This record gives sequence, structure tokens and C-alpha cells, in this order.
Amino acid sequence: MANIVIFGATSAIATECAKLFVQRGDHIFLIARNAERLAVLESDLQVRAGSDQRIGYAVADLNQHELHERLYTKASECLGKIDTVLVAHGSLPDQGACEQSVELTLNELNTNALSAISILTIGANLLEAQGYGALVAISSVAGDRGRQSNYVYGAAKGMLTLFMQGLRNRLAKRGVQVLTVKPGFVDTPMTQAFDKGGLLWAQPEQVAQGILTALSKGKDEVYLLWFWRWIMLIIKLIPEWLFKKLTL
Amino acid sequence: MYHSWNMNPKVGKQYAQYFSERYQELPKTNHSMIAYGNGRSYGDVCLNSGGTLILTKRLNHFIEFDPTSGLLKCESGVLLKDILDVVASRGWFLPVVPGTQFVTVGGAIANDVHGKNHHSHGSFGRHVASFELLRSDGERLVCSPASNREWFESTVGGMGLTGLITWAEIQLMPIQSTFMNTLSQRFESLNDYWKLMEQAKSKWMYNVAWIDCLAKGRELGRGVLTSAEHTVKPMRSAEHKKKNVSFPLTPPISLVNKVSLTLFNSMYFHLPRPTQVVPLHYLPYFFPLDSIYHWNRMYGKKGFFQYQCVIPPQHEKSAVEALLKTISDYGLGSFLAVLKSFSNIPTAGLMSFPREGATLALDFPNNGRKTLALFNELDQIVRQANGALYPAKDARMPIDMFAAGYPALYEFQRFIDPRFSSSFWRRVTR
Repeated sequence: MANIVIFGATSAIATECAKLFVQRGDHIFLIARNAERLAVLESDLQVRAGSDQRIGYAVADLNQHELHERLYTKASECLGKIDTVLVAHGSLPDQGACEQSVELTLNELNTNALSAISILTIGANLLEAQGYGALVAISSVAGDRGRQSNYVYGAAKGMLTLFMQGLRNRLAKRGVQVLTVKPGFVDTPMTQAFDKGGLLWAQPEQVAQGILTALSKGKDEVYLLWFWRWIMLIIKLIPEWLFKKLTL
Repeated sequence: MYHSWNMNPKVGKQYAQYFSERYQELPKTNHSMIAYGNGRSYGDVCLNSGGTLILTKRLNHFIEFDPTSGLLKCESGVLLKDILDVVASRGWFLPVVPGTQFVTVGGAIANDVHGKNHHSHGSFGRHVASFELLRSDGERLVCSPASNREWFESTVGGMGLTGLITWAEIQLMPIQSTFMNTLSQRFESLNDYWKLMEQAKSKWMYNVAWIDCLAKGRELGRGVLTSAEHTVKPMRSAEHKKKNVSFPLTPPISLVNKVSLTLFNSMYFHLPRPTQVVPLHYLPYFFPLDSIYHWNRMYGKKGFFQYQCVIPPQHEKSAVEALLKTISDYGLGSFLAVLKSFSNIPTAGLMSFPREGATLALDFPNNGRKTLALFNELDQIVRQANGALYPAKDARMPIDMFAAGYPALYEFQRFIDPRFSSSFWRRVTR
């Protein structure tokens, strides 16, 4: 039984993770922006949970970085010691709109990278001090290489991936696991606009299962589903002079 | 890319919109709409060619569960699997489950699904205490047998056409253990089936027969009757170890063919079976096929059809015999051939499929015109016996069969939401 804090708990992947955590007997603290959706998730988890399991929650807009410290305090008040921090919030920017708006671009970078980095910074110090625990952040395969179709999102996730890498290097000596999750295409409301034909699409349930497995195996990085590791390897190997001519 | 489980019929472009929050409004669209849950029906009741599919897959939260009364409230996209996973170990069970647990609550209501215990529990809708129906004009009707009764009755078995079910309350049934006592009995002919089933119905809660659809002559209708009941002795500590596999890809042609089927049927029929009662976890008992993900792929790219009819009691013996004769002469069914019995327990729905009599269900690989010609022959037998076909399992029934099988059709039409429609509905009412 672990004590787990989930930032961005109502995202499809985080929701499925929360269900699996509760099924496993964990205590959890949920944080999300939309109060109505959070209440819906909380009562769902209450039905799944045993009477001795603690499920707490707080409503917060994670783009307000000054709240992050207090959210950890609230989580600790509910759970006691925190074992695992899952950072799952994010948005899928409209790349075309970003190209026309500096403000929108910076907002998206804030949501997908800076706010996550703020949360992870506080969490890292907390876990480092107690000498155990796990930090998990949902990055993306999009962060492995900048592509014209979504490089704002890609840049944010790439930053998150690099930050996690450094954190891992630092915390490995302190008994803290740092797990970067890189999902490929996931069939969620966030990706509603896509035509979801083909074998590359995963369900959030599969991704969540993959996260829990990677977490329990002490992994550093996991591509979900597994074949994305090889797809991204090929994409990363294409030389830039050729890559820039492609439409990806 | 949104299709039904049997990959038939093929339909044109569909627009998909998630409906993930039960408080939200229906999508603004100029097309007609139909709810699409987990796509496990065997036809086009869940499809909408040229229209919008309302995806309820993420409308999948529990709302409330009272462990003393067994009343469960959940959103309509919750899978029966999710429910059983949570409640079975706490001493509760769904009073009616179909052959797969991968269907949504909304789908189970809209098709008023049945299980192997119709003779004791009727169909799914009878155990629904209430639900919310969201209409395209924004109205939200809380329906139960006591309030908005007409809407309740038209929505149970209403094929999703009366609006969107957002949540439902289900009265669960208490169980003592997650295990089943099961008994399998071989029968050598159709005559023996009727006798055996008659006895079994009074003794066991669940009864279903597998039929060797290739057997001919004196062996016509031979098969195996499996009876079961929930174990009374608590055995909760023993959990079922899941060993699920997946059918990895779709072969170009069907793996179900004359050779494989003849082999399987004869082996399965002659398989040595214990003569006494055997305990079995509820998962392999109720949902043996669920442990093979994507089993529908074994029928190849062209997919398959299911044919399920119900024959009223006065004609059941002659009609089932005639149906089986026609099928065995055709020479290719599938190993999924099932014969059960429906009781006269009334349904909660106006358009529900279950009614007193015998119900036969078979899968057929899609061999194009040959298969459809066989269905026309089977239709003839069902028509003459005043039977009906099951919309949730249908990809091709003629208009007159639908009208004849569903006399409440005219009354039902008043309750259809003007913005809702499905490929099935347009096909059978054109």
C-alpha cells in the first residue's frame, strides 16, 4: 500500500492509473482543475475503494505555480508520507494557432512543461529528504524530436523529458525512482480530433497498466505502447538534412 | 474505424464525439446521433452511417454503491466487467449477464440483454431501478418503473433511439462466493435436449446448450448442456488466475471453415466430461471467450454474422429442428452455436427481444451471398413460427421480419428522439 499524489487526476490516463492504484489498495490524493470532473472521479474511486482506504482531493489550476507547495501540504495532511508523485496534467496545443500567437505558445509551454517542472522540483526535494519514493511524469514521444506538426507540444515534452533525466541522475543516489512515461497515440478525449484508425492507437487502460508495471519494476523510462521505442529510434536516426524535408 | 464486433455490415463515414461528463450537453451536430459504447453488438444498432457516434467509453464512472442493499449507481459507459470486478468479491453480482462482460451498462439496457438465467431472472432491464435519459432538446428525464414509466419502457430495449442514457441504477443480486457449481451433460439428439432442458430449468439457475451444428440425421441437434448455480459455500480466498491471450492480427481468410469446424465440433462433443458437479470461477464460466481478446479476428477480414432468433413455445420443437436441419445441410456454421430457453417473465421494455420460447444463436463466417441466402431460408422458418430476430445481433434482417417480430413498433416510434437514429433503424424501417 502506497500513498500517491496525482496532479492532473482527471486526464484519461491518470484516471485509469488512479483506478488501478485504488484496486491495489493504495491511498490517493487527487488534484485537478475542474471541480465537477474531480468530484465525479472521487466518488468513482470511493465505490472502488475499501473502507480503510483514504481518498482525498483538491481543486487547483496547476498553471498557478504558487499553489504547488500548498498542494503538497494538503496531500501530506490527507495521506501522511508521500510515496509516489504522478504528474499527468497537460493539454494538446493547436499547433497552427500557436504559430500565430506568442502568448498561446508560452501558455502551452507553461502548462506542459513549466508547471510540471515546478511540481517535480518540490516533489524531488520532498522525496530526496525522506530517502525513498517515486516521481512519475507523463511526457510524450513527441518530445523525442521536433516535428512541424506539433513542435510546441514537442518542445514542452522534450523539456520535461530532459528535466526528468537530470532529476534521475541526481536522485538515483538517494533511493528515489524517477520514471519518464512516453505515450504514443492514446485514444482519449484529448485526441478527439484525430482519425483513430490503425494499430498505433492505445487505450488509456493499457497505458495505465504499463505505467504501473514500469513503476513496480523500478524502470527509468517507458514507451507506451512498447513499439514506440523503436518507432522513435528510427525517427531520431533520420539525419536532419533529410528530416527537415519530410512532413511529419 | 468504428465498427461492430462482427465487422458487418460495413457502413459509410461516421463522425465520432466523446461524451465523457454526465452533466454535459449533447454535441451540437447537424447529423443524427447514436450512442456507441464498446461496440460489442453484432450489427448496426450501434452504428450511424453518415451520422455522429456519441462515444460513451469515458462516461465510465461509478457514482454510488450501497453494500447493504446492493443498489449500484453508475454512468452508462461503465463495462459490466468493471462492475463485476468491484462487486463480486463483496458478495454481489449482476442478476443478468450476457456472454461477454465487455459491454456497457447503456448497451445492456438499450438492447435489454439476456443471459443463461432467463427462466429465473428475465432480462437485464428488469433489474434496472432507474436511469437518466438525456434528450436532444436538453431535457433530462429520470426514468423508472414508477416515474416517467413510458420513457423507461421505451428506452429499455429501445436500441439507443430514445436519447442518451447517462447513468443507471442497478439492483444487484447477493452471492455467497465467486465460484459456480457447474454440471455438463451430453445429449445425443434434439429430443434429448428438450427433456434435459426441462429438468434442468427447475433445478439450476443457469442453463445453456452448445449444439453441434454439423450433426445430421439421428444425431441432429446433439450437444452439451451446461447448468450452473452460484456456489453457496464461501470460497472467496481463491481468486481466479487470469491467463488472457489475444488474437494478434486478422488473417486474410476465415480460420473457421469446414475442416476446422468438423474437427472441433466432433472433438468438443466427445470430450470426456465429469459426470458430477464441478466448481468453476465465474469468469471462465460466464465469459470463456473474453479470455481471448479480439477473437472476432479469427473470421478473417470479411468478418462474420450472428443469427439469433426466438421461437414461441407452440412451434419451438418443429422450428428449431427445421432451423438446425437447414444449417447442417448448409454445412458451415461455427462452434459458437447456442440453444437456450426463455421463460414468460415479462420484459421491462416495449421493444425487448426476449419472449417465451426457445432461442437459437449461431455465428457464421461471412461467405457473402451464400451466407445471406441461408439466412433467407432461416427467416422463412422463423416467420412461419411467429418468431423474431434480435436487433443487437442483426446486420441484415428484412423489414417485414422486424415489423412482425416487434408489434409495439408503432407505439415505440413516438418515443424516438428526433435527433437520434442508427444505421439499423434506417435499414429496418425504410
